[in-house]
Amino acid sequence: MSTSTANPTSSGPGSGPNVPRSWRAIAIWTAVAVVGAVCWAVLALSRGEDVSALWILFAALASYAIAYRYYSKFIANKVLKVDDTRATPAERLENGQDFDVTDRRVLFGHHFAAIAGAGPLVGPVLAAQMGYLPGTIWIIVGVIFAGAVQDMVVMFFSMRRDGKSLGQMVREEIGTVAGVAALIAVFAIMIIILAVLALVVVNALADSPWGVFSIGLTIPIALFMGFYLRYLRPGRVSEVTVIGVALLLLAIIGGGYVEEMGLDGALTLSHETLVICLVVYGFIASILPVWMLLTPRDYLSTFMKVGVIVLLAVGLVLAAPTLQNEAVTDFATTGEGPVFAGKLFPFVFITIACGALSGFHALIASGTTPKMVAKESQVRMIGYGGMLMESFVAISALIAASVIDQGIYFSMNAAAGATGGTPETAAAFVNGLGFTITPADLEAAAASVEETIISRTGGAPTLAFGMSLIFTEAFGGGLAAFWYHFAIMFEALFILTAVDAGTRVGRFMLQDTIGNVWKRYADTSWRPAAWSASALVVLAWGYMLWIGVGDPLGGINQLFPLFGIANQLLAAIALTLATVLMFKHGLAKYAWVPGIPLIWDLIVTMTASWEKVFSDNPAIGYFAQASAAREARDAGELYGVAKTPADVDQIIYNSTQSGILQAAFALLVIVIVAGAAVTVIKAIRAGGLPTTEIAKVESKIVAPSDFFATKEEKEAVREWEASQKASV
Amino acid sequence: MSVLADRLSDRFSGAWRLLRQATGEAKWDEYVARCERDGAEPMSRRAFERHRADEKEHNPQARCC
Repeated sequence: MSTSTANPTSSGPGSGPNVPRSWRAIAIWTAVAVVGAVCWAVLALSRGEDVSALWILFAALASYAIAYRYYSKFIANKVLKVDDTRATPAERLENGQDFDVTDRRVLFGHHFAAIAGAGPLVGPVLAAQMGYLPGTIWIIVGVIFAGAVQDMVVMFFSMRRDGKSLGQMVREEIGTVAGVAALIAVFAIMIIILAVLALVVVNALADSPWGVFSIGLTIPIALFMGFYLRYLRPGRVSEVTVIGVALLLLAIIGGGYVEEMGLDGALTLSHETLVICLVVYGFIASILPVWMLLTPRDYLSTFMKVGVIVLLAVGLVLAAPTLQNEAVTDFATTGEGPVFAGKLFPFVFITIACGALSGFHALIASGTTPKMVAKESQVRMIGYGGMLMESFVAISALIAASVIDQGIYFSMNAAAGATGGTPETAAAFVNGLGFTITPADLEAAAASVEETIISRTGGAPTLAFGMSLIFTEAFGGGLAAFWYHFAIMFEALFILTAVDAGTRVGRFMLQDTIGNVWKRYADTSWRPAAWSASALVVLAWGYMLWIGVGDPLGGINQLFPLFGIANQLLAAIALTLATVLMFKHGLAKYAWVPGIPLIWDLIVTMTASWEKVFSDNPAIGYFAQASAAREARDAGELYGVAKTPADVDQIIYNSTQSGILQAAFALLVIVIVAGAAVTVIKAIRAGGLPTTEIAKVESKIVAPSDFFATKEEKEAVREWEASQKASV
Repeated sequence: MSVLADRLSDRFSGAWRLLRQATGEAKWDEYVARCERDGAEPMSRRAFERHRADEKEHNPQARCC
């Protein structure tokens, strides 16, 4: 029986008399299952032969389709028991602003634009050092059973509580201590995420005058759009976005001529200079009115996001590239990979966070989106469906990284201390890893995209390189350098938007928190508070960014694990909340739905945290690294790739700090989980506990539940619209 | 033939409406329609968009990674 019918009054027979249609459905779903099974079998069995990337693509698509059709429907109907006769907060509290009944497809777009960015593009690229298979399995299985479940369930519970934020829900449903821990964790994790994202941009733009030219121009372009919308033609968003995108493409093309323009000297910036530029930019962007920079940049970024994903999917199918990566490399078992240290378990599962399980989504799935949902059943397509789409982005990124020659991949992704920075030393280093590449190969690859490619860590350049291969293959035309900078541009655009928005959200959180003790500080229009809170947030991530850039061992190598673990610890908090709520609502029978991903996530993050804090292997444990460096210093020697005694001091300082942060994050999560365990025991004893869920109010509106409205739903909507008109 | 043309134009106007909703431009259309229904004089587009920008100023939305 279909329970997701949209019409509260005429929920007629779900299956209906249409027998041929159900046979067709069975045939289609059988075909999807067969395609999926064949793709997985090929991926599992092919070793040492040429494997097409399309097997990965279609294994993913078939798995997503089946998971969406069956598992998400089970969660919606059996576990959460979505109720379309119940008015959503958007309907009850409609104010045309944050509470606003929104078309499900439009809201899907908004939600997707808010959750997806550079994260799913970067993690899979780094994880490709262990081969394509571990990443593929984790991205697909992870999203189906963990990531998409988290997003959907958190969105549902927040929707039943008028769009309360994750922190608020933890405080009210688990306890004050857990609530405070969640608040601190959310803030700290956001700072780390911003710093690491900014580090990706810095690494992509350093010594790249073309990149700096194109990205730099996005600022005047966004300003122009902002003034256009404010003064010239208010509100014409589509029109100005088309103009903005055209200017953006010109900026990328123009970047190819920086040398002719005589700007290459001025725009060849070091890592350190870029950090200062980013920090200054971040501060100014966060205190300017949003209409000037943030809003128009967001339009550009959203447009590019959707455009590039479509382009990448089409490009992949047309190019049908062969995977150059191995299914599983030796680094998976030795744990000695140059991109990030550690074995497959647990480190693949934290390196790929976004795309499989991303705690940050819980902040968006609680708060903004649930206040706009028209019908409860729509959390399935928006929450679960939105995350599947992000997962697809991650799979595309993994493929892009895996079609690159592995010698080039490792030359790009090993830290400068290891590769030595020249084609000769890099080739020697990569040959030492067991891959064959000559200095001439590296020079040719660099010439093809008109950039240096040695030790361009951070994932973005590797993805850009892979995409330039795919697009050149798919669309022809010898435009490799254009595609490379196109890819760099959109990644930088996503990240700068995330940094702008994140700084502002961080500022509001800080003002709100300090406002508890000093009331006036919470006034977001009061300039001294707004400016000082912005400065504090920018300095916090700017400091971490500075540390990352100056790290002799490579900032990505050192900070990315912290980022991944932090993001998934946030997921642990969200899944803990979801599990507790299952027990409190008396749904213990289905607590495994958020419970199993929670346990898996806790095992992964706690193992990773433990290794990062207590491992005596200096390549993995932060404190082991610090003490090994300290011993070297005391013996009057250099340590590892350090070139000066100052480098050694830097390693000691950075590693100690990362270790402390790592331990602190893990402890915060343990505090929350412990609080949750107490609540769960109470709930089991009592067979459920009162929650802050808002009481049911009968819904009056009618809207379809899924991407495509059924015939019955269309009819119901038509009837309802007619009755609305009649009553006016 | 004309049935097909009708259906195509239906599809097109539907897609256009969705796009305008996605960009937020539809808010203005809705506002004007509401004013018409209530017989109120709508404010200028400029003033309306300014209200919307002010509202965004105080409700920042996070963008994920």
